[in-house]
Amino acid sequence: MKNFIRKFYYGDIPDDKAGGDNNETSKNPPLGGRGADWPLWEVFIRSKQGLDHKHVGSLHAADAQMAIENARDVYTRRMEGISIWVVESKYIHASNPEEAGELYEPAVDKIYRHPTFYDLPDEVNHM
Amino acid sequence: MKQALIDYTLHLADNSLILGQRNSEWCGHGPVLEQDIAITNISLDLIGQARNFYQYAATLIGNGTTEDSLAYLRKEREFKNCLLVEQPNGDWAQTILRQFFFSQYQYLLFEQLQNNKDDQIAAIAEKSLKEVTYHLRWSSEWVIRLGDGTEESHKRMLKAIDELWRYTGEMFMPADYEKDTGIDFEKMKVEWNQKVKTIFSEASLIPLLEGRGAAFMQTGGKEGKHTEHLGYILTELQYMQRAYPGCEW
Repeated sequence: MKNFIRKFYYGDIPDDKAGGDNNETSKNPPLGGRGADWPLWEVFIRSKQGLDHKHVGSLHAADAQMAIENARDVYTRRMEGISIWVVESKYIHASNPEEAGELYEPAVDKIYRHPTFYDLPDEVNHM
Repeated sequence: MKQALIDYTLHLADNSLILGQRNSEWCGHGPVLEQDIAITNISLDLIGQARNFYQYAATLIGNGTTEDSLAYLRKEREFKNCLLVEQPNGDWAQTILRQFFFSQYQYLLFEQLQNNKDDQIAAIAEKSLKEVTYHLRWSSEWVIRLGDGTEESHKRMLKAIDELWRYTGEMFMPADYEKDTGIDFEKMKVEWNQKVKTIFSEASLIPLLEGRGAAFMQTGGKEGKHTEHLGYILTELQYMQRAYPGCEW
């Protein structure tokens, strides 16, 4: 009953689902009828000079070039960005949500790790 | 003299409007979500260009003419767009190829128009050139993808070429109102053919071009003599203003 749907986390996507280099269609990929045949890519956008690239979402594309163009059309059409990074989703390794307990909860009661017990001089801004 | 400038401006506007309208038919029907958005983005770019040209034409004509009256209230025979842009979308290959042929043409044209003696035309061309550069890049890549893709996609590209090639010659045959624009059509034609050949050879489509130089070319769009398709496009495009004159929302 439990495993009707197999959920894939980043870094855990099997090759037949991920497409990519070992897939024959990836060299000069035609329109396979469905975008689902194309690998998934994660998109990062820098909104302006000096800021970092932020994850904005994902999309399907046959190769990196198409992924950047798709990202341009999907994620920057309202002037959201000046630079785009894409990375194929299968290359991202993620922590397992089921391990959230042991990974993150131990930090909850350690408030002394926040630097809130110091009196800051008035001259120090932006802390 | 002034009439020629008006006609020429309308010709530029009509090209962009009709292709924009055609591409917009893909909205919600694109082969994948990302390309659905890409083609409708291009559609909006083209309609934006059309607005700029119509606004300029309206000021030249005067008498209360507006961009809306030019787009919504002229008849089929008054439209001066090339036959190429009114051709049906067909499949994705045909839409892509039509965009590629037109963007390559528009790219070369706007490059020249940037330095046009008419300041307004020059300014619109310069502003639009960035958009067109992207349209050209996007459509070229798709021509290569499909031409050099699977057997099926290759076959569809060949069919699209058969369908559309006969409408490409008209772009380089100046109408009366284009004769005084200072555009070098012969240069544009040579460059266009070279570029198309380059992309086609990358797309493994080259043998098809042999002997096509002399192919019979359909003409007439620039003078208002259109294929049957334009009437249907205008019926849909102009319906609201025809049924409810002056309606706004």
